[in-house]
This record gives sequence, structure tokens and C-alpha cells, in this order.
Amino acid sequence: MSSREQNTGAQGTWRVKVGLAQMLKGGVIMDVTTPEQAKIAEEAGAVAVMALERVPADIRAAGGVARMADPTVITRIMEAVTIPVMAKARIGHFVEAQILEALGADYIDESEVLTPADEEHHINKNKFKVPFVCGARNLGEALRRIGEGAAMVRTKGEPGTGNVVEAVRHMRTVMDEVRKLQTLDEDELMAEAKNLGAPAELLTEVKKLGRLPVVNFSAGGIATPADAALMMQLGADGIFVGSGIFKSKNPAARAKAIVLATTHYNDPKVLAEVSKDLGEAMPGIEISKINQAEMMQTRGW
Amino acid sequence: MAPRVGVLDLQGDVSEHVEALQRAGAEAVRIKRVEQLADLDGLVIPGGESTAIGKLMTHYGFMEAIPRQAARGMGVYGTCAGLILVATEVEGSDQPRLGLMDMVAKRNAFGRQVDSFEADLDIPELGPEPMPAVFIRAPYVGSVGKGVKVLAKVGEKIVMAASGKHLVTAFHPELTEDARVHRYFVERLRKS
Repeated sequence: MSSREQNTGAQGTWRVKVGLAQMLKGGVIMDVTTPEQAKIAEEAGAVAVMALERVPADIRAAGGVARMADPTVITRIMEAVTIPVMAKARIGHFVEAQILEALGADYIDESEVLTPADEEHHINKNKFKVPFVCGARNLGEALRRIGEGAAMVRTKGEPGTGNVVEAVRHMRTVMDEVRKLQTLDEDELMAEAKNLGAPAELLTEVKKLGRLPVVNFSAGGIATPADAALMMQLGADGIFVGSGIFKSKNPAARAKAIVLATTHYNDPKVLAEVSKDLGEAMPGIEISKINQAEMMQTRGW
Repeated sequence: MAPRVGVLDLQGDVSEHVEALQRAGAEAVRIKRVEQLADLDGLVIPGGESTAIGKLMTHYGFMEAIPRQAARGMGVYGTCAGLILVATEVEGSDQPRLGLMDMVAKRNAFGRQVDSFEADLDIPELGPEPMPAVFIRAPYVGSVGKGVKVLAKVGEKIVMAASGKHLVTAFHPELTEDARVHRYFVERLRKS
């Protein structure tokens, strides 16, 4: 029995970053603000939690500048659960990201839910050992983020609304654009790269794979088991639920039901069963009632 | 005939294992419900979150059904989260498990995600070429009991072991192009 190894441990590699997202597939990542909520999420079968000071619905209600959570909040949540803990940094705020990496967060979400710190540049995520997830509304945006080093994508919805319509719009857009790429001739890829504003080599890869080169979850506005299954059937690899759980009447039951619905997203009988007796969902917001300036999804480019 | 191998499809990197099994010459099927276990020669428990997969397994009756099928000759291969679920004991935890291999699993034993790593392992059973291994918030095997053969280590930490038709790896061969670990599992299913 030999224990001699050639490559004795390369950390923070692309494969290791993308790999953690692959392990989360078919699962639900839940927003939590306290260690107690984190335990409820873990007990319900969440694959990871997003440690926050406030869920998006409360950020939306409070207004003002939303920033990275207090490190104490994140550390206490990390101590409470054994599943991975993610945390949000503002778009372009690479120092918040450095702090989250130093804290030992397992994934950083460079998120439009927080107030952007840079209106032009996102974080250069290739410089970090910790992996990043970023939001996208279309294929070009997704590939620009991957080009900057994002190892996981989430198609954006409109956070904190309990309204799934924007998540559906953007998942359909990304899937349509991936399908369209399959029909293009190789000679046409550079023009399409120009058109999408995305790196040509990533377009070549998407055409070859028939999908994004990283795991793609759905986020923003998912409030029911049926919403989660809808996004899975549209092609999501997994689900982020923000306000949808802890803004509902019975978080533990709803969390578990969304987990079961994500596993059995293609089985309407299971979906019917798990949708029973969950109590009231979070109150929803009609998108057209939101002031354009308060839209979160349009942050980032 | 190619062995029929299921991949437990509750949560985790299922499609990667399906592809790796196909490269290794098996017929791969996704397993969502207990009834589907009946005609399998082998079952892969993929990488994922062991607490999440464990809760779903308990909820749907897999904790009883898998050992029952294993007693009838089905081999089980657990990667990472799967390693934890196959063990008889998980250090510091009473989380549900199958107890198919007599060993103690240690969770997140290499650290958090920033400590995740890639390494080339010498695994004599797989031939002289080093095996590229990806460790993601990986567990390892603290100690093994009777009938469990240690196949690979990182330093003093056991990261691959087998017992009868059962196999565990702390790393993820399904994230590489190298199908030797899956082939090793599939070939042993033929010998029954």
C-alpha cells in the first residue's frame, strides 16, 4: 500500500470550484439570518444555506444601502450547521469578498440583492480560492460572469417578491439562447460572441456541451413547491429560495416540501402530495407595481 | 451482458456518474424510487450533501431497501457523501446511514471549501498510472474493520476502500475523464 502522491494538493482549482456546485445539484439553497433558521434549513434537507443579515423581502422594504452581512452573523451560522455556508458580497466589492474568503465561507454570491459597489466592473473572481456564484438574465451575462471566474450561475428572478415570473423569463431566455447556439455554424460563433458580448471560447464550449459550462440554479421569487418544480422542469440544476421560506407561515414544513418537490420535480403526484397543508405562502408583489429604480435584477450587466 | 447499475437520483452529481458508468461499460439508470432497486446489479450513491441525501433516503425508505438488496448481492459504490452513507459509523454524528462497510467515516475532514484540493493518487489496484483525484469538502475513513481492504491513502488518511462488492472513495472520479474507478466497481459486479 503506497501513500506517495505526485500532485499533493492543488487548492482553489477550477475543477474544485465548479465541483462543489456539481455536488449541490438537485438541491435547495436557503436564505437564513440566524443559526436557528440555519438548523431548520439543514433539518429540512437544504444542501447549503446563504447567510444574510436580512432576507431580500426585508432588504426591499428597508431600502437604503444593503451591504455584506456582519461577520458575526456568518460565523455563527457556520458554527451551527455542517452543510456549506454561502454569503453575499456587493457587485464589484472585492474587499467584501476578501473578508468572506478569510471567514471561510464556502461560496460567495456576488449579488444584485445588495447595493452594487461598482457600476462598471464585477469582481475578478479568478483571483480567489473560494468559488463564486453570480446572477444572469441571459446567456451573454452568464458567460461574462464565467469569464470573470464565476464557477456557478443562477438565473435571476426579482428577489423578495414571491413572484416567479422573472425567474421563468430569464431561465427561458438562457435556455433559448443555448439552443440557438446549437443551430449556428462554427463560422458564425464570433459574430454571435460580439452580439452577446461574451468570450468566443466560452460560446464554443456551450455549443459543444449543449449547456452552460457550469451548474445553473434558479433564484428570485420562488415561493412554493410548484414554483421550484417549474424551474427544474425548465432546466434549472437546483433552486435558491430567499424570502420564500422564512417569510411564510410555516417555514419548516414549506422548506421540506420545496426540497421534496425539487427532487421529484417531474412527478405531479408527489408534487400534489407535498403541496398540501403548508399554510400561507409569503405575500407576493406584482412586478409592474415595483418602481423601475427599485428593481434588483437590472443591477450588474 | 453489461451490468445494470443505478445512480441514486435524490440529490447530487447524478449525471456525472451516469456518464462515468457508461464509459466503464455499464448500463446506467437513474433511481428515484425504492421499487426501481429490484433488478440492479449495483448502485452508486453520488457526491452531494450527505445530510440532504440521508434525509431523502430515510423519507423514501431507501435506508431499509438498499441493505435488503445488498444482502441479495447488489454492490454499492459511495463517493464522498456516499462514503459517509455507506459506513457503519460517522464520527460525532448520529445521522442515518446504511452500515454496509465496517468503517468509521469522518465528515468534512479535510476542512471547508477553501481547503478542497486535487491530487494524483497511487492506487496499485488500478495500475501504475496515478489516478487524478478531486476532493471537495471531502470526508475520509478514520479506521476500517474486518473484511475492508484499504486501496488508497492521502498521507495517513484512507480515501478509498472496498469490501466484497462494495466500494467507497472520498474523492470524485466522476469529475475526471479517468473511468478506472468506475470500471473497477463494474467489473466486480460481473463476478457473481
